[in-house]
Formats: sequence, structure tokens, C-alpha cells
Amino acid sequence: MSESAFRAITRRRFVVTVAAGSAAAAALTLLPDAPAQAQEASKKLEDAIKKAIGDKQPADGAGVIALDVPQIAENGNTVPLGIAVESPMAADNYVKTVHLFADGNPSPGVIAFHFTPKSGKAEAATRMRLAKTQNVVALAEMSDGKVLMTKAEVKVTIGGCGG
Amino acid sequence: MADHTPRIRVPKKAAKGDVVEIKTLISHQMESGQRKDKQGQVIPREIINKFTCAMNGETVFSADLEPAISANPYLSFYVKVEGPADLKFTWVDDNGSVYEADAKIAVA
Amino acid sequence: MRRFAIALAAAGVISVAGAGVAFTETMDWGKYQAGDKRSGYTYAQPETRAMQDDEFENPGFLLMESATAMWSKPEGAAGKSCADCHGDVSSMKGVATRYPVFFKPSGKMMNIEQRINQCRTEQMKAEPWKWESDQLLGMTVLVKYQSEGLPMNVAIDGPAAPFYEKGKAFYYERRGQLDLACSNCHEDHSGQNLRANILSQGMPNGFPTYRLKWQKVGSLHRRFKGCNDQVRAEPYKPGSDEYVDLELFVSHRANGLPVETPSVRN
Repeated sequence: MSESAFRAITRRRFVVTVAAGSAAAAALTLLPDAPAQAQEASKKLEDAIKKAIGDKQPADGAGVIALDVPQIAENGNTVPLGIAVESPMAADNYVKTVHLFADGNPSPGVIAFHFTPKSGKAEAATRMRLAKTQNVVALAEMSDGKVLMTKAEVKVTIGGCGG
Repeated sequence: MADHTPRIRVPKKAAKGDVVEIKTLISHQMESGQRKDKQGQVIPREIINKFTCAMNGETVFSADLEPAISANPYLSFYVKVEGPADLKFTWVDDNGSVYEADAKIAVA
Repeated sequence: MRRFAIALAAAGVISVAGAGVAFTETMDWGKYQAGDKRSGYTYAQPETRAMQDDEFENPGFLLMESATAMWSKPEGAAGKSCADCHGDVSSMKGVATRYPVFFKPSGKMMNIEQRINQCRTEQMKAEPWKWESDQLLGMTVLVKYQSEGLPMNVAIDGPAAPFYEKGKAFYYERRGQLDLACSNCHEDHSGQNLRANILSQGMPNGFPTYRLKWQKVGSLHRRFKGCNDQVRAEPYKPGSDEYVDLELFVSHRANGLPVETPSVRN
């Protein structure tokens, strides 16, 4: 028996046990996280981030970057995505770019918003496709070279009315 | 759809120093390059990959779009009005086409 | 009822929803509700409703914009445009609330799409537009939008009566491998979850609609076809007598709800 098949069986047992303990929701979020898949996703994301900001180490952007995504998306084809970064947007201190990634999509890139002091606000919105439940990652590049990062999970439901 | 006429909401008037919201929509299928047709062939990627908003000739906001952006791309953002503004919006298609729109903001 | 429960259990799809239903049942939905009737709007997520509410976020308006240009464009051998007969498109106000209507020359019911194509072939001597084409969808959206906010008011008396009965029979007839009638989902179980979706009452007042799943505007008949496919039944053709009669039944069922075209739905 291959290792992955073994893992699959263990997971199924795990689900049954947890469901019996009526914490099925917790199991659902764990299920897609097969280690191999997760590793591949995080490697793709790392590569995409490196391409966007080079070797810089992002600092924690929670509290500075507001990432506006629904907790549960009604449909993965059209998920609202908003971003707002606190900044004076002055000539010597502004947000240059906000890169957005989705770590569970076939390719993690979503969009990059490029701001200038004449944007007035580092705030923008669009709509994106999410292939499944996953993290949306925002990286804000400041005019002084600093990079801030934050992320949020969006649950993508599987609809019943597929018609 | 061959028609890519955009829709844009820009305030007609603003006061000097106002930061105003702009909303844009354009019809485009945003073919991701991930889908297959009925014969199992991959449908080639064709998306709008770049959006630019220029004010009085100077780029004030732009975006690089990836295949993860939904069909009929919607974008909202802000510009700071420092005087009468001529706005020019540009969308660039993978196929080389460029779609454009203009708007003006008067300063009261 | 017993058979229904078995079919659903076999499909493993419907769960009796808890908190979500209680929440929506107690909301005051204003114009989106008429007595017990609730628009699909009231079953949508807040983000989806917001997308419908702002005409610069609602992609349905993109299609309408190109239709507005077509309204005054002469086409066909007669060299006429819609505007040559009807004047400004605002003259269409109220029209959509009454459709489908009985059409004497054909002796059948006719919906807005068919009315538009009838005008094209008879008055303009132009080719009819294909079902589900952007042109036909766009013009249908434009015409229906003129009645936006007006209550649906479809008549089922007189010559419409026998067609209404046919539509009603379709609605209550079980079909497909899942052996489900329209009413099983949209009457008996509306407000409950079908997997992660909340079943609506199946009201047609927002069609053609911009559907998130389709990522484009689609017709009511495309939705019918989707529902029929879902219960693994052989679907009918869009524009078929079966679907037009069903449209008559569900449109009358929506009487009192406002025209919401172009709506946004999941």
C-alpha cells in the first residue's frame, strides 16, 4: 500500500471520529489539506511572492492592511475582493503596489494594484475566481521599500443548483 | 462578445482636494487558459491583462490582471482631484486590442 | 412526500437547514416580498445583492448598453429600427409585467424574446436572433428593464387559460432520474439548503439574470434547462412550447413581485 493511500484511510477514520463528536465543520477545513497538495500550493505561492517583491521579508500587516473578502463565497467564479491600506499617500510616503494572491488556485496571481500619491487613497476593489476554499494573501509595497503582508481565508461552497 | 464598451462611474464635479471613487466595468470573458472545450482541447488564455487610469496625461492608478479575475472585470479605486481633470481609461487585451474611455471632472 | 424524501436521500443533497432559515424568515424584505412570495434577491448573499443594486457593479448593464444602441439601428429588408415603430424605448414601460401573452396568429403563448424576434421577422424583415445570443438577451433585458420595479401582472384567463393549465401540470409533474417536480424544491422546500445553496421560490421576476455561475447574462429558459438537467431529466429546447407555458405559470406565480431585470443571482 502506498503511503498516500494509507493517509487517505487514516483521514477517513479521522473524519468519522470527529463527525461523531459533532465537529464536522472542523474536519471539512482539514480535509483538503493533504500534505502534498499543501506543500505544492505553498511552493507556488512562495515563488509568486518572490517574483513580486524579491528577497524582501514581509512584516505583519494586520491592522494596516484591510483585506475585504467574504468568509463564505456564494460562488467561486465571482468573489468580491477589496483592499485598503492605511497611508498618508504623500509624495514621500505612499503605498506603491498591493499584490494579491490566492494560494489554492492553479496559478496564485490574482491582481496587482499600483497606486500613486495622486490616487489619494490606497484602496481598490475587484472580483476574483477561487477554485476552492483557500487563503487570499495581500502584500503591500510601500514607497520606502517596506513590505507588509496579511491574509484571510475564503470558504468556497459547492453549490447544489449547478444547472 | 465582440462589444467591449466599458461602463464608468465618475463624479461630474468635485471640490479641489477631494478624493473621489471611480467604478469601471468592461465586458470580457476573461478566458483563463484553464478550461477545456468539448473536444478536450485547452481553450487558449485571453484576458485583459492591464488597466490604466491617467489624469491629465499622468498615470495615477493601474492594475495588472491575472486569469483569476472574474469575467466582465470590475475595478473600483480613487483619485485625488487637484483641479479640472481629464481622465483616460485604458484596458489592454492579450490579443493586442486596446479599449479606451474618457471622462472629465469639473472643479467647483 | 415519502417518495420525495427517498429521492433526496438517494441523491444525498438536501439537508434541513437550521439557523440560516430562521434568519431569513424574520427579515423584512420590503419591495422584494409580496405576501408569502419572495424574490430570489432575498435568498442571495449580501455581496450578491450589493452587486445587483449598483448599476456600475452589475454586469447585466453592460449587455443593456449595447442593446440601447441597437434599439435605434435599422436592420433587415424593411430598413426599420425598433425606434421607428416604438419611439423611445421608455414606451416599453409596463410591457414586461404582462408577458407571456396569447398571440392570435400563432394560437399560442408568446414571451418577450419571441415578441422581439416576431418584430424582427415580420416588421423589420430581418433575421431572428438566436436564442441565448447576446443580441436577444440584451434586447430582452432592455425591454424588461423599462418595467423595473413595477409589479408582475400576468393574466391567465381567456385564451391563456389552457396554456396556464399545461404550465401548471409541468410544474407539478415529477421528472428525471431524481423524480423531482419543480414544486418539490421551490414550493415544498424553499428556504432550505440544497447542499450549500439555499433553495429559492424559483421566481422569474429578475430574468434574464447575470448568474455568477455562468459569468454572463442568461435567459429564464436556460435556467429551466439547468434545473431539468439537475434532476437528470431530458431538458426541452429554450423557446419550446413546454418552456413558454411553464414561463406563463411561474410568471403568474410571481404576480405582485417587482420586475428586477437585470438581476444578479448565484
